[in-house]
Amino acid sequence: MVRKAFTDFYRRAFHRGRMPLLGLGATAIFLASAPMSIAATQIVGAGSTFDYPFFSKAFYEYSQKHSNVTVNYQSIGSGGGIQQFTARTVDFGATDVPMNSKELSRAPGEVLQIPVTLGGAGIAYNLAGIKKGLHLTREVVADIYLGKITKWNDPAIEKLNPGVKLPDMAITVVHRSDGSGTTYIFTDFLSHVSAEWKQKVGTEKSVQWPAPSSIGGKGNEGVAGLVRQTPGAIGYVELAYLLENNMTYAMLQNKDGKYLYPTIPTVRAAAATKPNVSSTDFSIVDTGCAECYPISGYSWVILYKKPADAERAAFVKQIMNWLVTGGQSLAESVDYVPLPPNVQKQAQEVLAQMQG
Amino acid sequence: MTIEPAARVDPRFANLARASSLRPRDWFASKVFNGALALACLLFVAVMGGLVLQLLWGARLSIQKFGVGFLWSSAWNPVTSQFGALPFIYGTVVSSLIALVLASSVGILGGIYLAEFAPRRLALSLSMLIELLAAVPSIVYGLWGLFVLAPVVSTWIGPALQSAFGFLPIFQGTIYGVNMLTAALILALMVVPTITAITRDLIAMIQARYREASLALGATKWETVTKIILPFAYRGIFGACILGLGRALGETIATTMVIGNRPAISASLFAPGYTVASVIANEFTEATTDIYLSSLIELGLLLFFVSVIVIGVGRFMVRFLLRSNEA
Repeated sequence: MVRKAFTDFYRRAFHRGRMPLLGLGATAIFLASAPMSIAATQIVGAGSTFDYPFFSKAFYEYSQKHSNVTVNYQSIGSGGGIQQFTARTVDFGATDVPMNSKELSRAPGEVLQIPVTLGGAGIAYNLAGIKKGLHLTREVVADIYLGKITKWNDPAIEKLNPGVKLPDMAITVVHRSDGSGTTYIFTDFLSHVSAEWKQKVGTEKSVQWPAPSSIGGKGNEGVAGLVRQTPGAIGYVELAYLLENNMTYAMLQNKDGKYLYPTIPTVRAAAATKPNVSSTDFSIVDTGCAECYPISGYSWVILYKKPADAERAAFVKQIMNWLVTGGQSLAESVDYVPLPPNVQKQAQEVLAQMQG
Repeated sequence: MTIEPAARVDPRFANLARASSLRPRDWFASKVFNGALALACLLFVAVMGGLVLQLLWGARLSIQKFGVGFLWSSAWNPVTSQFGALPFIYGTVVSSLIALVLASSVGILGGIYLAEFAPRRLALSLSMLIELLAAVPSIVYGLWGLFVLAPVVSTWIGPALQSAFGFLPIFQGTIYGVNMLTAALILALMVVPTITAITRDLIAMIQARYREASLALGATKWETVTKIILPFAYRGIFGACILGLGRALGETIATTMVIGNRPAISASLFAPGYTVASVIANEFTEATTDIYLSSLIELGLLLFFVSVIVIGVGRFMVRFLLRSNEA
């Protein structure tokens, strides 16, 4: 009897003529019960993939402390970040290389660029039986990437490593196949070190690699994977990645003649040599100081001086102020290099120009 | 596989199918239904047309600057803004064709085996496994290729081929793990399930009486396959191969992880290469100059045209050159 009542109800409720009404009713209930939008403002940013691990940790911590704001960061690449920023679809952009004059002229307003974090590139290699810490000079690295040094037992390399038995193996040069800020820093370093590189290849996020034996891997993980798979390979990998994955990497000689590992202190020392870093003068590769690692670089956040929405601008300014000061304490936990204090102050000064 | 237009109703019975002979409510419903279907078709055509127009618009800078020379220039220098498409088109076409040759030989023979020779239970479970292969995402193939296949190629397959066929220029030179051969193997692996499944279905569709007649006349099972069954099925099999080629031409992630990403043309299969899809996936997000972006979009347009031409040629061959005597 219950079953008959149920089937009767079912038949009457879902009668063909009543279906549209039912549909409408269901939609109304669904819409009404949808959670009311929380008062939290969502700030949107996009850009560099390099910054992503640091940003995701920092912004999460920020939202925990300030429940009225969340930050949604999309790591679509520096180029994408600049494009979206110019189109005003995001509140801030992030890029490994600051916007140049051409890109700035295309932006619909005056742009402020602040450094937010530091990174470095280490030279990883794959040689059976040879542990971490092979000695390489800047000129040797340049010659390897130019294709002039083609074998591991080349006298130039053997001279630097007297106790090490280097094999008679061809050097397979690995580079980043995708355009990346790490490539920019690395080619900037090579241009400083070798006039031939500067003239033949240049500095860019993606270049035409001259070494005949070079292969490209996608992303840091691609380069690391290729270096691990190919005996005799050499490649440049982001600092955070090297540390987190326990890779075999070289000690690079800096301008002062000291052999250094890429570490957080050595990269930070390189940054400290240029206290007045700005978006037009930002190169910190191959700096001259005892503990400076030669392959280092900043990553930047781009903001409008006069943003369209004043309320959101206030939030963005607050977040960025925190990011370059308090937020830097989170950097080391994800193997990123915090900004030196003088650069933090400078970033704050630039940020103070922002209206909102 | 070609889709033949549906058989038309015999004109003598056209009266019965005429919409005006229906009740008003059914006539209206019929009109709405026909309209909706037509709209769906037109929408698809409009989207494709819009796609081509958008690509042309995005590529206009590069077309203006490089003109037709873009097609046979081997430069790719983002610093000096010199771009050319030749290494990428070469890499795409070569890797896809080699993949097709490998996949079709294995796939067609596999399909014949599954349809004709395998015991029923084995055939069912093998078919299911092969269809599962088709469902594996490309990135998984890429990871497997980078970490498993690339070392296998550089330590075993490469040296073996070089010692046996080293006199051929395609097997000379240093053997890298990530190269054209590995990419072709991965693509072949991704295309085999499609070809096998379609071949098996086509052969299974052929009515039993043809097989029975052939066997009754004294032919062996293999002769039945080659002389009776394949002549029926080969147009469809060819269509399956074209479908597979289409997939291989557009495959991005798996290829970019194992092809070595070097924009150079090399005679040796053991050397790295680069495909159009890979270079777009690699460099699009960081292409900040207009001409760079425009060149990448033009590459996308070229890939579109290459795919259309290759598939068009295939269908042309199926329709007009490979006429068979259908019963």
